[in-house]
Amino acid sequence: MRAPASLRTTSAGRSLAEAKLALTEFFLGCDEFAPCAQTALEWISRHCEVRLALCLATRGERDRLNGVASVGVNAIDATEYAIELASDRYPLVGVLRSGHPTFFRSGQVRDTPLGQRSILAYPLGARAEEDGPRGLLLIPAASAALNPDLAWACELLSEKLIRLRASGLTSEVEAHHERALFTSLLNAVTDPILLTDTEGKVMLANALAERLFTSQDDDSEGRRRAVSLNNLLFSSSLAKQFSEHHEPRGRHELALVDPTEGSDLLFELLSSIVRQPSGQQVVVSVLRNITDLGRASRELGENYRQLREAQAVARHERLRMDLVIDSVADPIVVTNATGEIVLMNKPADRFFNPNGDSREEVQRRVRLNDAHFSSFVSKLFLSDQTPRFRDELSLVVPTNGEVVPMEAVAGRVHSETGELTTVVTIFHDRTEALEKALLYEQLKHFSEELEAKVHAATSDIVQQNELLRRQAIALEQASAAKSQFLANMSHEFRTPLNAILGYTSMLLQGVSGELPASAKKSLSRVDSNGHHLLQVINEILDITRIEAGRMPLHTSEFDLRALIAEVRNELEPIVARSKLDVREELPSRLPRLHTDRQKVKQILLNLLSNALKFTHEGWVRISVRHDARHKRLVIAVSDTGIGISPSEHFKVFEDFQQVDSSTTRAYGGTGLGLAICRRLAQMMDGNIELRSELGEGSTFTLLIPIRTKHP
Amino acid sequence: MSPSTALPLILVVDDYADAREMYAEYLEYSGFRTAQAKNGVEALEQAFSLSPDVILMDLSLPVMDGWEATRRLKKDARTKDIPVVALTGHALEGHSESAREAGCDAFLAKPCLPDDLVAHVKKILEGPRRAATARRPRGRKG
Repeated sequence: MRAPASLRTTSAGRSLAEAKLALTEFFLGCDEFAPCAQTALEWISRHCEVRLALCLATRGERDRLNGVASVGVNAIDATEYAIELASDRYPLVGVLRSGHPTFFRSGQVRDTPLGQRSILAYPLGARAEEDGPRGLLLIPAASAALNPDLAWACELLSEKLIRLRASGLTSEVEAHHERALFTSLLNAVTDPILLTDTEGKVMLANALAERLFTSQDDDSEGRRRAVSLNNLLFSSSLAKQFSEHHEPRGRHELALVDPTEGSDLLFELLSSIVRQPSGQQVVVSVLRNITDLGRASRELGENYRQLREAQAVARHERLRMDLVIDSVADPIVVTNATGEIVLMNKPADRFFNPNGDSREEVQRRVRLNDAHFSSFVSKLFLSDQTPRFRDELSLVVPTNGEVVPMEAVAGRVHSETGELTTVVTIFHDRTEALEKALLYEQLKHFSEELEAKVHAATSDIVQQNELLRRQAIALEQASAAKSQFLANMSHEFRTPLNAILGYTSMLLQGVSGELPASAKKSLSRVDSNGHHLLQVINEILDITRIEAGRMPLHTSEFDLRALIAEVRNELEPIVARSKLDVREELPSRLPRLHTDRQKVKQILLNLLSNALKFTHEGWVRISVRHDARHKRLVIAVSDTGIGISPSEHFKVFEDFQQVDSSTTRAYGGTGLGLAICRRLAQMMDGNIELRSELGEGSTFTLLIPIRTKHP
Repeated sequence: MSPSTALPLILVVDDYADAREMYAEYLEYSGFRTAQAKNGVEALEQAFSLSPDVILMDLSLPVMDGWEATRRLKKDARTKDIPVVALTGHALEGHSESAREAGCDAFLAKPCLPDDLVAHVKKILEGPRRAATARRPRGRKG
């Protein structure tokens, strides 16, 4: 409570009497000491030139003075300042005993909020021998001389203190009543309540708490032990809370023993620290019996835990199953016995769930898919009880309306009693299969076409082969016929020619007597032409045989030197008639040849006779060289004859070709000789080469392998 | 020429009279005795009855061909040592081979000039068991 404004605004102008009146009036209207003391101090400071003042008084406790009001002193320092009345030697306590205002020089009283100043202590309240409230007013002072206004104010305050103390007696009686009420209230609470010090020592307990924590000497041994155990438990719990926190907080469970029945009890302990007016810390603890609750709670907890475990297992199983069915790329739908969908994987979700898409077409497509699926399921229910049911249906992708042809395979799941519980349906996208089938059809079609074409082509080929075979047979027959014809013709030519040549020869030899010169000349011409005709026939026959492949090789081992001598010998009449120098240049050592002797001889006869035929003067030379590198013999027939222009070289080896027709007339011959020779040489893996210039003579070279590979 | 029993007897077998008679005439002109047959059967008869010194055998013959006749001659003890010279206008390969297989001692291809034939006969008579080599006359410079 604050002093009225009129008091505080009192000015020097007003008379002191008015101020004293105002203070007295305030005292009359105030029932508490502290505001009275405060107002009195402010009055003193204003009217008695006192800057500092402190008022002490007893409050609840009689043995102690506490600061109740002050001026010019820190308010907290003032209220916390106390003087124990029990300490007799303390100078200020002596003031109360004497009952007279006392002056203390500086340093005599040190610990007051007024500091080291010399002070005047003015006793208030009851006299030394009286029982009653006491107080002290401390002000700085230069001497023990007392200002009469100050003394007046002190006396007024002292009287007020005594009066208030008298009225305080009645409130003490009321306090006793209140305490009784408080105790019965505490005892009426159904929970044990304890007031303890911080170490758990019981200071106050209600009846229920006393049952648990207090015992009498005449109590049974068991009860006393139970009580001491409970105290111990309580103390340790409290200590534990103090060690964990600065002050106990929240709920803690505390297990105690029922001292009368010996059964276990479980309490919930709520503790809070209360600071007493004296500053001592005490702990108020409320214990709530949760023994039954605890048991129920434990059971509940156990059940809950089991439930949680079961749920976890179920969730795990479900999760695993979800993972499994979600991992399947094909839609899977699980329905119950009434056809309701109970589970589906993500791919199925795509078809049967709009997934929050509110577009009308999406909803409609989902409904369409549902309808198709329902129809499938009802067909399944109507079908016989085979474990699997298969059907084809079309589903629509809700988001884009794409139609997906599906194959649905459903499996029935039955309970132990054989009841249908679940239907698992797996859809398989048939798009690819259908495309493949289409492709396969096309492929098959193409394949068949191809086959038909191949067949047609094959039959053509077969036909052509047959034709070719017949043609081959025909050709073979024709060839054979030709060969036979030629053989016959040859025979038919030779038989009369044999007679012609024979008789001519005989006539020329004079078998029928000497003939006239003119007849001899004519017969010589018959003979000459007959021989030419025979040569032509022979050469045509050779060419024909080579072309018909009827010129076999007869290989044998022979000496070339002897063969050349033989050739030379056969042509000796012609050589003798010519004036030519015919030479042979053969190395001393020659390998023996393994080839067709008759053909080599025929070639050499031809080459040498040609050389003799086309050479009019000079020489003809046969030279042989061993070409070891190519494993062959090189037989050159050179002459100094008319020669052949290089541009004509190719012609001499062609059938029926001589360099020009005039040579035929001039030299005779069929033009087949060299063609035959080259072919024969090639049959023996050899060849004939020509080196010649017109007018420079010719060299025909037979290259013949030492060993012919052909049989 | 004075015929003499000491002169060798040559049996000329050919169905073509011009050739047979030509060779016979020239052989006689050359100092041989000759006998003639125009088929294989006649040739066998003549050979068995006359035991010629040499038989000139054309191969293509009516009634019995030269190969068969030669085989029979070579099987018969009376005639197996008589040299048989095959003569044929068939110049194709194989004829000389088959002739040798049949037992011929030599082979001459037609046309064969009478003097060439006589030269061969003489050669055979000089060395009765010496095989003659076949050869074909080449054209001469006209």
